[in-house]
Amino acid sequence: MAEDSKHPTGQPRRTHGQSPRVLTAGTASGALSEAQVWDALAEIPDPEIPVISLVDLGVIRSVDVSKDHVRVKFTPTFLGCPALEVMRDAMAARISALGADPQIEVVSDDSWSTDRITPEGREKLRAGGFAPPAPREIGGPKLVQLQSNAFRCPYCGSNDTALENIFGPTPCRSVRYCRSCRQPFEQFKTI
Amino acid sequence: MTDQVQKIVEIADDELVLGWRNSEWTGIAPLLEEDVAFSSIAQNEIGHARALYELAARELGTTADELAFDRQPDEYRCSRLVQLRLVPDWARTIARHCIYERADQARIEALKRSDDAELAGLAAKIDREEAYHRMHAEMWFDRLEDEQRFKAALEELEPLFDVRDEHIPEFAELWEEMTMVRRSVAGATW
Repeated sequence: MAEDSKHPTGQPRRTHGQSPRVLTAGTASGALSEAQVWDALAEIPDPEIPVISLVDLGVIRSVDVSKDHVRVKFTPTFLGCPALEVMRDAMAARISALGADPQIEVVSDDSWSTDRITPEGREKLRAGGFAPPAPREIGGPKLVQLQSNAFRCPYCGSNDTALENIFGPTPCRSVRYCRSCRQPFEQFKTI
Repeated sequence: MTDQVQKIVEIADDELVLGWRNSEWTGIAPLLEEDVAFSSIAQNEIGHARALYELAARELGTTADELAFDRQPDEYRCSRLVQLRLVPDWARTIARHCIYERADQARIEALKRSDDAELAGLAAKIDREEAYHRMHAEMWFDRLEDEQRFKAALEELEPLFDVRDEHIPEFAELWEEMTMVRRSVAGATW
């Protein structure tokens, strides 16, 4: 889509003009730019994995700033994730704090995949002890891959890891065990 | 109600009821890993039910809460397969899991090809998550396929997926439990 522009963090950002222009919301402190909104959203941690922000997670589809309000469209990670409401409320509160009227819209389409987690986000996950998701391959993940040793331990970097459980403490994680450093760890599922 | 909306509600009913049944293993599954697995699968299924009810509710001018919790027991379209209370029978639980995931995959694939872009998109999103349920079912199938009890359970349960017209008494008990909050607290929401 030609009208999409990229935020520095790699997230698509939609503007409505053909040429760049400053879009403003009616705020007490003056003009509010889309970049300011993205920066503010980048400060909101994921409620269940607070080492990563909502922008790093890639769930924010678009930010539109207009005269009367700031509209944010975002996609759930997993449909049953209880963090959805927490994320929505945190974004609304952060935008209100900028002096604008928030309109947060949940888009339950197929546009979010773990491939949308930014490179910075993946590094933050690894540093936080969560192995980042493997890239999604055509046809999606397979049991034989999960049971292989193609996953790297976030603590010692070894590939000598085994699947302990397809499921984990939240819908987005599996549990693996590193035979090298003898440490269980959480593996972000590829979806 | 159009055929398509009825189909969406039917799938949502299956996912809601199965999610509820799967959650009955929380805390008492034979292995800690399975305690986690069935709880997580339950959470996903109930999430899918909610998203599907929301889609249907927009067409019907109602809400997901009303569809999920304000109907009478005989208005639910869920399969007899998901109605069964199978705790503490592990062989039958895994048999149901295998049968359900296979049948669910077929209808989700069909929805992914829907002309309705919103429905197709939601189906594709659901399918990303269901892939993990299928892997889990596949893993257990490989473990149990030669076990007599498991084979008998598959044979017993296989025909039940398409039975939707008459509910078993166990469903009435589940309905009491599922709708209790909604019936006792006015305006309680999902």
